[in-house]
Amino acid sequence: MEQLSNILGRMGGVNLLPVALAAVAFVLIGAPSSWVTLTVAGLAMGMMVFLMASGLSLVFGLMDVLNFGHSAFVSFGAFVAATVLAGLSGWLGAESIALEALALALAFLAAILFGLVAGWFFETVIIRPVYRDHLRQILITMGAMIVAEQTILAFWGGTPYAVPRPHFLEGAWIIGDVSIEIYRGFAFALGLLVFIAMVLVLNRTRIGLLVRAGVEDREMVEALGFRVDRLFIGVFMAGSALAALGGAMWAGYETLITPALGGELMIVVFIVVIIGGLGSVEGTLLGAILVGLMSNYLGFLAPKLALASNMVLMVAILLWRPNGLRPAVK
Amino acid sequence: MTLLSLTAMQTKIGQYAVLHDVGFDVPEGGVFVLLGRNGAGKTTTLRSIMGLWSPSPGSVHFDGQDITRMHTADIARMGIAYVPENMGIFGTLTVDENLVLATARGRIDPARLKRIHALFPALERFRDKQAWSLSGGQKQMLSVARAIIEPRRLILIDEPTKGLAPAIVDAMAEAFREIAQDATILLVEQNFNFARTLGRDMAVIDDGRVVHRGSMADFAADAALQDRLLGLAM
Repeated sequence: MEQLSNILGRMGGVNLLPVALAAVAFVLIGAPSSWVTLTVAGLAMGMMVFLMASGLSLVFGLMDVLNFGHSAFVSFGAFVAATVLAGLSGWLGAESIALEALALALAFLAAILFGLVAGWFFETVIIRPVYRDHLRQILITMGAMIVAEQTILAFWGGTPYAVPRPHFLEGAWIIGDVSIEIYRGFAFALGLLVFIAMVLVLNRTRIGLLVRAGVEDREMVEALGFRVDRLFIGVFMAGSALAALGGAMWAGYETLITPALGGELMIVVFIVVIIGGLGSVEGTLLGAILVGLMSNYLGFLAPKLALASNMVLMVAILLWRPNGLRPAVK
Repeated sequence: MTLLSLTAMQTKIGQYAVLHDVGFDVPEGGVFVLLGRNGAGKTTTLRSIMGLWSPSPGSVHFDGQDITRMHTADIARMGIAYVPENMGIFGTLTVDENLVLATARGRIDPARLKRIHALFPALERFRDKQAWSLSGGQKQMLSVARAIIEPRRLILIDEPTKGLAPAIVDAMAEAFREIAQDATILLVEQNFNFARTLGRDMAVIDDGRVVHRGSMADFAADAALQDRLLGLAM
């Protein structure tokens, strides 16, 4: 058993789980074209959820802060980006790929900037007074989430808000009898780029080194002469900006959004953070991909089970690895 | 000259008073040993000096400056290093990354690194290994090495020999002697035989109070006092 475990470990260990899941799904689904479509959909969903979850994971790992208000950044990111895209609808209808791409970039940039500023405000006004007090953190961040949802309702109304999408992201690539939605491919590529950037920052820069060390032992980092509270503001702002970007991408994916969007996604985001292991970016990606694939495969194979699939996945993984698949602390 | 001075320090953890009256002076240079039974308040004293817990009332002065209410990071930047009882190494970081992190500018002085590798050769062999994979003794070496990767004036070391093999304890004693040539060490230790070979001055703490101060030579010569304060009679 130990030998088998060592061999699997050398081959990639828990990183192989999505591959194993995809292989099992391939056998059960039978039709290769459906399997490819579902796999791409699962990967795209996983990447968008990864963007929303990665910041939350680092924030919890670094400062032991439970932020239920994280969904507010997702919702606001979606609505800010949608509003910018609606305002630039003339560019989207101009049939110029450059103008459309610029409109999309500006929408994402607006969501990111909003996330940065809102993250700074949220950390300073709401989180800081309740450091080291989990009960108050839960209460106050839940309260903030409700306030944020109601604010969106007041500004954008309760009816579903249509999100215009650039034409170059509409439609699908048809390869043989396989159909791949272009937006899903785009979401996967953008998510992958952000993941690579995060890994590079965490592993190749001094700030990344401090964040990784802080996730393990905040007190010791301070005893080495670094103000973790100041570092935390930066991580919180970056995490909020990533959540807003994730929300913006999700808005483009759904094309019809409501103020409840963030709250609805939050359950999946928390499951991903727990499955991946708190404070671990690689773990968060692994958890997000697993959740994305599982949702799509089960949605096809057993739609009635799809609703419970993420919960079942989380319970199974926690029974096997109580600290998650790739916890940041060893 | 006094480098560190603690005055009537009282520290509470939550609602429980752990330190009731801790006061002693640590002279500059050499090794000052703080002895005491389990639960006497030794670790709390070091953590209070580092600002990890706040003494109230009472004061901590370092090099004449009041550091009682300063942030831990600011205290560390004044030249005080801390080697905690649990070693406090970062397991997912490599040995070298642990050392780099302890430098102010992210660069290790090659001469100091050479000296550290001479003191602890294992750290050179395993410099690219993640720290969680090191043995207990190697982790302790890394923790001490991190404290001396840059010049420090005072190094607080909490029970460094706990659970270590005798050969590693000897190596550690040798390292502390060398480190004490250009830094002051405040050593918390329960292993009296280890402490007596290193300490010049000492204090004994019991139930959150300093119950004895003096020279290590005098204390080591007084078996009755050792028995009364530390229960060392065999």
